[in-house]
Amino acid sequence: MGWIGEAVDSVKSLRIRQVLSQAVSLGMIVTSALIIWKGLMCVTGSESPVVVVLSGSMEPGFRRGDILFLHMSKDPIRAGEIVVFNVDVHESQDTEDVDVLTKGDNNMGDDRPLYAHGQLWLQRHHIMGRAVGFLPYVGWVTIIMTEKPIIKYLLIGALGLLVITSKE
Amino acid sequence: MHSFGYRANALLTFALTILALICAMASFSDNLNSPSPSAHVQVLNINWFQKSSQGNDEVSLTLNVSANLQSLFTWNTKQVFVFLAAEYETPINSLNQVSLWDGIIPAKEYAQFGIHTTNKYHFDDQASLSSRNAGSNLRGREYNLTLHWHVMPKTGKMFADKLVMSGFRFPEEYR
Repeated sequence: MGWIGEAVDSVKSLRIRQVLSQAVSLGMIVTSALIIWKGLMCVTGSESPVVVVLSGSMEPGFRRGDILFLHMSKDPIRAGEIVVFNVDVHESQDTEDVDVLTKGDNNMGDDRPLYAHGQLWLQRHHIMGRAVGFLPYVGWVTIIMTEKPIIKYLLIGALGLLVITSKE
Repeated sequence: MHSFGYRANALLTFALTILALICAMASFSDNLNSPSPSAHVQVLNINWFQKSSQGNDEVSLTLNVSANLQSLFTWNTKQVFVFLAAEYETPINSLNQVSLWDGIIPAKEYAQFGIHTTNKYHFDDQASLSSRNAGSNLRGREYNLTLHWHVMPKTGKMFADKLVMSGFRFPEEYR
């Protein structure tokens, strides 16, 4: 009877080993993605180093689905630069900051309707970075996934299944 | 080992790697281009020069802008965004920029141009919000007309540069 118990034990240890190694490889994928993102944040100085263009307001320069790489430096914002801003609902303080007004190339008027209610100018702390690089089409992946969540769940499910069932 | 999924994965990874590499090389090749753009701006007339109802100095110019930006275009250039700004120094701000005219050049054929225009956007000396002084700094003020351009690539790094044309001065009196 001893050899049956031995076999069961060896199968059990094999399963545990496999599960552990799969968990580790899954963890490696997630953490390396996180490391790359946080590393980019450190290098570029922007809290969101890569953004996806969601509207056609900057056509024909940037279309929906294009990707912009941002960089944030201490240099003052000058006329003509392409900046990405994040509007918060905080009261604006009267600082010595330079006030910034933005406008989309493809829009008739300026961006004031997009700002917080009653806000006329952007301040330095609203600016997340200025665009320094450009990659077309890649952003469509995230646009499709946010607009059709079912595709996102299908993709995550398929990847998860692949990780669980993979033999290596 | 050599299942369909494995091969599809390898093919996709390889294709994406090659595509990324080609994009990087296309962007890098822009550095090998050393452009020699030229520009010339004339102020033909000062249509009016007055104090606006808010108390800011306000001016309307008729301009003749001619430029040749053809050398900015490479095989990786999608378009060039160009704008003309008046730049001057006041006691409070070391740099004031007012955009007077802008345009988008979609292809190399259109990169040599000469236009005759009044300023497309309002040129007024905007009062600073923090110091609350009226913008009445333009009389007798010396200013530059600077042609700025931003080169938008098909993929990769964006470039920006400018040409400064100095030696312009506003009249001493409103007219």
